[in-house]
Amino acid sequence: MPLTPAGSPSAAITLRGLSKHFGDTRAVDGVDLDIADGEFFSMLGPSGSGKTTVLRLVAGFERATAGTVELAGEDVTTRAAFDRDVTTVFQDYALFPHMSVLDNVAYGLRVRGVGKDARRKQALEALGTVQLAHLKDRRPGQLSGGQRQRVALARSIVVRPKVLLLDEPLGALDLKLREQMQVELKQLQRDLGITFVFVTHDQEEALTLSDRIAVFSDGRIVQLGTPREIYEHPTSEYVASFVGTSNIFDAATSTRLLGRDATHALRPEKISLSGADEVDPGTTDGVVRAPGVVTESIYLGTGHRIHVRLDAGGSLVVLEQSTGGRVAREQRGEKVVASWSLDDLVTLT
Amino acid sequence: MSVDTTRAAVPPSRGTAARRASSQLSARPRLRLSLLLAAPLTWLVLVYVVALAALLVSALWTVDSFTGEIDRSLTLDNLKEITTESLYRTVALRTVGVAALVTVVDVLVALPIAFYMAKVASKRAQRILVIAVLTPLWASYLVKAFAWRSVLSDGGIFQWAASPFGLDTPGYGLTAVVITQAYIWLPYVILPIFAGLERVPNSLVDAAGDLGASPWTSMRTIVLPLLVPAIIAGSIFSFSLTLGDYITVNIVGGANQMLGNLVYTNVGAANNLPLAAAIALIPIVIMIGYLTAVRRTGALENL
Repeated sequence: MPLTPAGSPSAAITLRGLSKHFGDTRAVDGVDLDIADGEFFSMLGPSGSGKTTVLRLVAGFERATAGTVELAGEDVTTRAAFDRDVTTVFQDYALFPHMSVLDNVAYGLRVRGVGKDARRKQALEALGTVQLAHLKDRRPGQLSGGQRQRVALARSIVVRPKVLLLDEPLGALDLKLREQMQVELKQLQRDLGITFVFVTHDQEEALTLSDRIAVFSDGRIVQLGTPREIYEHPTSEYVASFVGTSNIFDAATSTRLLGRDATHALRPEKISLSGADEVDPGTTDGVVRAPGVVTESIYLGTGHRIHVRLDAGGSLVVLEQSTGGRVAREQRGEKVVASWSLDDLVTLT
Repeated sequence: MSVDTTRAAVPPSRGTAARRASSQLSARPRLRLSLLLAAPLTWLVLVYVVALAALLVSALWTVDSFTGEIDRSLTLDNLKEITTESLYRTVALRTVGVAALVTVVDVLVALPIAFYMAKVASKRAQRILVIAVLTPLWASYLVKAFAWRSVLSDGGIFQWAASPFGLDTPGYGLTAVVITQAYIWLPYVILPIFAGLERVPNSLVDAAGDLGASPWTSMRTIVLPLLVPAIIAGSIFSFSLTLGDYITVNIVGGANQMLGNLVYTNVGAANNLPLAAAIALIPIVIMIGYLTAVRRTGALENL
């Protein structure tokens, strides 16, 4: 068995120096990445960050300007899409409008020359996994968004690909359905044991679903790690603000507030507020207490988001959970003390 | 002129006659609709319905062979003649054959051109190609027919190009009619197919390839089936326009006649307007049959 030069033998996808230029635009700019077999891997970034182009390069819809794409250790950089053992769930689902749901799902088997009865049986089975066997005779136009999404999934998994690529598949669904589909996707991936590569701009979705996340910016990977690593230890201001909300202290504020000359990030839920008369400002026992004034308090249902202007300069966003019937007392203009542990501060480079 | 901003902000609404009429109209959708449709409806009724009815009725008249006077008593003689005389059957079959061939040639030529325009060419090249396809429509039909007459003539470009290879050229005849008609009606076939292809999302072709279909297979199983309505829409143009033609066949058709020629000679030289009307019913009946057949495909929504 040929070993990949750098990746482990169980790497499902290996990208080396992958670049794609459209004219002067560098959509993908030198991406190196190993995705392990059976992994739920997310590519996260704002639109235009290159994540979808990487997906299209892996699928074979685009040809790389430079670099290589390996699938299971095999170089497929110059192979056409129909010659690669990956399938894609498209953002617009791309169901064939002139075919029934069953024919849509059976299409991959049909072009592989699977006999009529066998492909009907396998397609029904795949439709069963997404709980849509009862709609097999409908046309895609007669389905709801969520149902189309499931048909697209069934159509992609029926051919048993080694890798399933998902291009913002939940983007067009409403919130409730999206949350339900997230759970089902995760279960499906576990049951099938297929490598999922999931492209999304929704950081929450990426955190919920993935084993590992690559955060993209301007065609490059800016951070790669588990959801916990990405959320708790962002290495750059970009990642700290893109994934979740962060309070960023620039070097000047950090020096005044903490006596450290570096940029720091702090998650809003790590901060607690108390009345100005309850605690004294200052840093003791690894806890920072900074006085300030509430400028805004927004009710979120699960809690309050409170904006505080610090006396030392800069402002904070604080997330207070409404636990045990406690109501946030903080009103606009009230003097408060914000406190957080030094351990929760993340130093950015 | 200086503008008084404090007063110009909200101009007072004045009850002019036009405003009153507008508010009357906006409150009465029926009146609005009938005013809008009056002119086009009159036109349609006069030009199409009345003219067609007149044609149908005059097909039932006869001409007195001695005096040349039209006898307005109704009889089925003309219809009997065109259905029993072998001349009319031969010409009708020839006309349908030519129209069908023109349509097949046009669709085969239009498909790759439309595909290139819709799916391969850049936005800029696409605009230029659309203009290029439309430009021949600016030239007179007669000019194009005569241009082909010179191309196909003895010693014309076709012969000049083919003779070094020892090939025969068609000369004037039905082949020349098919070539010329196919050329003249080509834009009418390219445009609906191009529009149909534009409506086929690229992601469908991507998805087919993604699932393992070769480009040829995805063309056959995805793109062509989705294009059928557009192809039929285009074929209605080329088929019906060829069916009624009599000029091209006069110019490049040699001695051959099509239905249009029979109508023409009966109106002119033979002075038998009722018989001409009866012959003109043949293409109408054929087109009604064709349209009824294609209505089921949903192609008529693509026109």
